[in-house]
Amino acid sequence: MNIFEKLSKLDRRWVFLILAVVVIIALLVDFKTPLRINKEVQSVYDFMEALEPGDYIQMSIDYDPGTIAEMHPMTYAILEQAFKKDVKVIITALSINGPGMAEKAMLDIMDSVRILYGKELVYGEDVAFLGYKPYPGIVILSMGQNYRISFPQDYYGTPVDDLPIMKGIINYDDVKGVILITGTSGVDFWISYANGRYDVELAVGLTGVMAADYYQYLRSGQIFGLMGGMLGAAEYELLVKKPGPAMEAMKVQVWAHIVIIVFIIIGNIGYFISRRKGGVS
Amino acid sequence: MRKAPIIITAVVAALFVLSWLLKSNGAVVDENSMSAISQGFWITLSAFLTLAVMSFLYQDNPFYKFAEHLYVGVSAAYWMCMGFWTTLVGNLVPRLSEGLSNWFEVPYVGFKPHFIIPLVFGFLLLMRLSPKGGWISRWSLAFIVGTTAGLNLPRFLSSDFISQISATFMPLLVNWQGIGSFFSDFSLSASGQFIGILSNLVVFLGVFCGIIYFFFSKEHKGAFGVASRFGIWILMITFGASFGYTVMGRISLLVGRLTFIMGDWLGLIS
Repeated sequence: MNIFEKLSKLDRRWVFLILAVVVIIALLVDFKTPLRINKEVQSVYDFMEALEPGDYIQMSIDYDPGTIAEMHPMTYAILEQAFKKDVKVIITALSINGPGMAEKAMLDIMDSVRILYGKELVYGEDVAFLGYKPYPGIVILSMGQNYRISFPQDYYGTPVDDLPIMKGIINYDDVKGVILITGTSGVDFWISYANGRYDVELAVGLTGVMAADYYQYLRSGQIFGLMGGMLGAAEYELLVKKPGPAMEAMKVQVWAHIVIIVFIIIGNIGYFISRRKGGVS
Repeated sequence: MRKAPIIITAVVAALFVLSWLLKSNGAVVDENSMSAISQGFWITLSAFLTLAVMSFLYQDNPFYKFAEHLYVGVSAAYWMCMGFWTTLVGNLVPRLSEGLSNWFEVPYVGFKPHFIIPLVFGFLLLMRLSPKGGWISRWSLAFIVGTTAGLNLPRFLSSDFISQISATFMPLLVNWQGIGSFFSDFSLSASGQFIGILSNLVVFLGVFCGIIYFFFSKEHKGAFGVASRFGIWILMITFGASFGYTVMGRISLLVGRLTFIMGDWLGLIS
């Protein structure tokens, strides 16, 4: 049995250990990785940049704590860009764990905009958080008629009509577009109902696991932008010139991927050697 | 009882308390945030639960089991509370009873008699708990399945069928102005004509040959077999792209947790 065959039969716990060590070392060592901006991320940025002060966008923050590492950087970067440009943001959460994520992101960015840019954002005037409602498909359809059908009150119990930001805002026609940051299959409802039925300009930020499945909607024009996983988040951070956790994590991704590729190559060489010897059918 | 598990549990408990004390001591507290003791406790608990879950990679163990059961229990309780407050209190109560609306402190919308139907279906669903009346819950389930199918059929037809098929109807010769123009303006830039034509050809052939692979009424031999082989290559490349993104996603989760452990908990990175 040669070295490749031995390595291909390596206890998988060694693989986990080596990967963990590489990730820890990469986190501790300071170095930069080059990033190339993809067209699908650039188009989200261009859309946000084209907005005028006073324009409205809707953000649907539909992810769970489990995907914070990938999703939070996108949400933070886009919210900060919107607030810097005086764009008004209506936030909804259509996944059950979304409200906590959305509220934290909103409050954190309101704080950081105040500290960094001296802008005192007012809840209800610059931003509104309508909260969570179950059954995303039905809620998305109802928001196409009137936000008040599903959200008569905001997350904090204030009637939506009492919020100055919602004066004159009836449905999707009154927002320039929807940016959906999600780790759930609710994105299908957004594409079918919001874009398909109401022609909403829709951009999505997805987990890495989901991203490859949604490029087809980009080509068909059902979504105009896509940020895929931590890479998409890092590209967006680069675009807004605000290096954050996603860009920082890219150096770790590079080394982790190298380790995985090396193990895949070793495993395959071991497999082919074994097959040639008749060990594997 | 064997000594080893007791010793391990005692060591873990001691480390937990030590971490709690140290984190409470170093916690940054402002008037709006939780107390230092509470902050130290939650950070320590998060770190220990993360390590407990990761310990499964070595082998199954009681710490992992504890974290797993805690997660399932907390999730179930959270989902039930959210369901109660957003669906029953948020949607149903304000449309059925003014007294209950006042009691739950939600604005009364007015009596809507048709909201009695979901109330009745909800109760029927609970009949599943009854050994004899369990069959009644099937009425509610039938309604749920029927409604979901009815809503999803046009959705899939529109966004995943018609729109996706029409997206593959594309010119195979992008901006074609003759062979002379093609060669004199030849460029390998991503926005150039050559790449545009190549890209559209890949989509056309990929879709066409992918469909051929799934056509089983004819033996995959000759030109048909070649197209089928090309189709399976396209499928494999697609799965590879998905796998690549999945690896990135999983590593992102690992990075997220390790960043928390090394940053928020151990303070090794800023």
